[in-house]
Amino acid sequence: MSEDNNDKIIIQSQSSESISGGGSGSTTDIDYVRPAEVGDQDLYHGHSFITKWVFCQDAKVIGVQYFLLATFTGIIGLILSWLMRLQLGFPELASFMTAEHYYQFVTMHGMIMVVYFLTALFLGGFGNFLIPLMVGARDMVFPYLNMVSFWMFFIAVVVLLASFFVPGGPTGSGWTLYPPQSILEGTPGSGMGILLMCLSLILFVAGFTMGGLNYLITVLQARTRGMTLMRMPLTVWGIFTATVLAMLAFPALLVGSLMMSLDKILGTSFFMPTILQAGEVLEYGGGSPILFQHLFWFFGHPEVYIVALPAFGIISDLISVHSRKNIFGYRMMVWAIVVIGGLSFFVWAHHMYVSGMNPWFGFFFATTTLIIAVPTAMKVYNWVLTLWRGNIRLNTVMLWCLGFIVTFVNGGITGIFLGNVTVDVPLSDTYFVIAHFHMVMGIAPLMVIMGAVYHWFPLVTGRMLSEKLGKWHFWFTFLGAYSIYFPMHYLGFIGVPRRYFEMYDSPYVTSAVGMNEFISTAAFIVGAAQFILIYNIIKSLKTGKPAGKNPWQANSLEWLTPSVPPEHGNWGDRLPVVHRWPYDYSVPGAKEDFITQTTPPSDVTNSEVEKT
Amino acid sequence: MHPGIIFFLVILGSVLFHIFTPWYWTDVASNWGSMDDTITLTFWVGGGVFIAVCLFMVYCVFKFSYKEGRRAEYKPEDKKLEKILTWATTLGVAALLAPGLIVWNQYINVPKNAIHIDVMAWQWGWQYRLPGEDGKLGSTKIKNINDNNPFGIILEDPNGKDDILIQSDVIHLKNNRPVKILLRSVDVLHNWYVPQFRAKMDAVPGVVTYYWFEPNKAGEYEVLCAEYCGVGHYGMRGRVFVKNEEDYKNWLQEQETFSDLIAKQEEIEFSKTKLAKK
Repeated sequence: MSEDNNDKIIIQSQSSESISGGGSGSTTDIDYVRPAEVGDQDLYHGHSFITKWVFCQDAKVIGVQYFLLATFTGIIGLILSWLMRLQLGFPELASFMTAEHYYQFVTMHGMIMVVYFLTALFLGGFGNFLIPLMVGARDMVFPYLNMVSFWMFFIAVVVLLASFFVPGGPTGSGWTLYPPQSILEGTPGSGMGILLMCLSLILFVAGFTMGGLNYLITVLQARTRGMTLMRMPLTVWGIFTATVLAMLAFPALLVGSLMMSLDKILGTSFFMPTILQAGEVLEYGGGSPILFQHLFWFFGHPEVYIVALPAFGIISDLISVHSRKNIFGYRMMVWAIVVIGGLSFFVWAHHMYVSGMNPWFGFFFATTTLIIAVPTAMKVYNWVLTLWRGNIRLNTVMLWCLGFIVTFVNGGITGIFLGNVTVDVPLSDTYFVIAHFHMVMGIAPLMVIMGAVYHWFPLVTGRMLSEKLGKWHFWFTFLGAYSIYFPMHYLGFIGVPRRYFEMYDSPYVTSAVGMNEFISTAAFIVGAAQFILIYNIIKSLKTGKPAGKNPWQANSLEWLTPSVPPEHGNWGDRLPVVHRWPYDYSVPGAKEDFITQTTPPSDVTNSEVEKT
Repeated sequence: MHPGIIFFLVILGSVLFHIFTPWYWTDVASNWGSMDDTITLTFWVGGGVFIAVCLFMVYCVFKFSYKEGRRAEYKPEDKKLEKILTWATTLGVAALLAPGLIVWNQYINVPKNAIHIDVMAWQWGWQYRLPGEDGKLGSTKIKNINDNNPFGIILEDPNGKDDILIQSDVIHLKNNRPVKILLRSVDVLHNWYVPQFRAKMDAVPGVVTYYWFEPNKAGEYEVLCAEYCGVGHYGMRGRVFVKNEEDYKNWLQEQETFSDLIAKQEEIEFSKTKLAKK
């Protein structure tokens, strides 16, 4: 590939004189925006199919690549969950499944959904697509590194899926991979399986760090003129803060995986005390299994917020746009995201109340955990207060938002059960936990992803998704998922432990058989309903209504590109200039019910806008 | 149908499900009724917030759904309202936290008169050891475990000789007498859990962990392993009988002590050598 100057578009940096909006006559001081500090960015433009669509450096394409690969692994995760539910609800139909299989499916389902689906999709997918567009940049600041990031993720997925085909199969140690069992013979896949899992995680973290640095530096350094931090859409705030968390939390997972691999391969004893296996003393000694749990959850709890914060940000924007109302308490929302992010590093051991760690930790971690409920609750209040006196469009996107509020509040409150150390004791390791985290970090973020897909699909493809199919998709998914996880809490109250291949005829759980059948049936339906979306996407790509520019009448920059879908470089030959926050909806005195971020104050002189 | 109606029915359904559910916790059979109380408290407060927020949302959806030409209110912030909500939430959270911490304090401080029980876990089973007349358990070491010394008791420790060994997954407990469960594992993580007692704690190889409870209802209970421990996890069950004082004593007397075991083995050893000499 030739890389001489002709392959690059060089765009002149703009001076403040040349951009004041509204024609030369109306230029006044109120439209003043500081001049750019650095020149415009040069981009590498791909020319062949390979450089345009495969090894591509355009963040938008990389975002779509992340999205598709994450969705592909997510579908594998979905199929694994079907198999698990088949065993739990209708064991007589699952005679092909052994306990080994079951535990392998449980493990791979968990790891895929948390790391390779949700994390990759929110940060890699939405982060890549939206950050440069929303902050008014032409691309990520390190496009090449960004491309490598995706292909590292690709290799990580290949390694992960390869473990299905090695002797012994994938690891069956539960997604938490707790040693000693994860590397001992009593657990399926304790040979190649666990090693490939560790290797895949290490690759994922390495690749993710490349992408993460990009997101951070793009937000900090590549915002367009006038885009102050407090004028950024909450989506960017959420993804930005989540990336900071990821940069600090993922190293703990990386060293944990590395140390465990060494325990397995070289016989070190980081996590391995003296152990008997089949009557023989193994050559380990002196290590601590609880150390791994600390490392794992030091990653694992921020990980919850790595998924949740982008979801918080995106849902705030969706609710605001489709309520035609500014997000209520923007500054509170920003600070809540930052505070939740900070606190998320001081709560990890609430996953370990009954792990055998020093019980005095319980006091500390229960307190920090319940403190984090306060900023989280504030966010919930502000979402519903944004609906209050809004002008709510009850379209598909809004339905997903409402579904999110219901499931998130439900899952958040059961989190208060589990975070409060005493309440956790009877409920930990039961189905209550499964129901809680699926509701709060499975279904609630999924609602956001779906809302975001229906919202931004027109931007990505230039066509609208079918509203009718969208509504069917929503109701199947929301009602189905709710009827899976709401009753499941009550299995936990009975005391049914999680990770049981079968219950035999335990006296407590005979009454649970019927519920398990019901839950499994609902799970099959909800899973199948996701194919409505796939059908909708394929159909709308060809025959969907053309979206035109800014179909939702939104304010934020991503809708204001010269062409829809935006081209490489995003902004044609002029970067946008930002004059206001992205939430000026229904401003009194303004002609329309929205004022885009690029509208200079002199264009809306009659409006009574608050200064941002 | 207006989507608000469906959302309303979901909330209503959740409440009705809670009221009429046939699936609820088993009757508590230990002193940890206080844990149930903390759950109930959290349920009322949390459930109230859930219903309030969702009903408010449903109301907004009905009241403020889109009308052409109408304008939403323009009000970026309301400092006073935000302050009230912050403090009310903080207060609510503190009200939930305080009882939780108080009960946790009871949970980690074991009463003096508790009987110590060594619960030894392995892939995949349980066995138990009770102190003998001296009331003390002998110390143990994993490397000492063999067929002749199934608990790995250190032979030089005088406290170990009269320890009562129960090489079975069935254990009896005395009603209304606190027990301190001392958990150890010889291989991977396990967790000795009886739903009716509410309490649980992981057994971790390399350390001894503990928790306590006081059974207060005679009967038979199932022990479940509550920490994933490999492919046999779901089959790792045991049984507990809570007995009155007399039955408990009778049962205890039938059990073998460590010295009995040593003596028996010496006898076998002796007859073996005798046989060999013949």
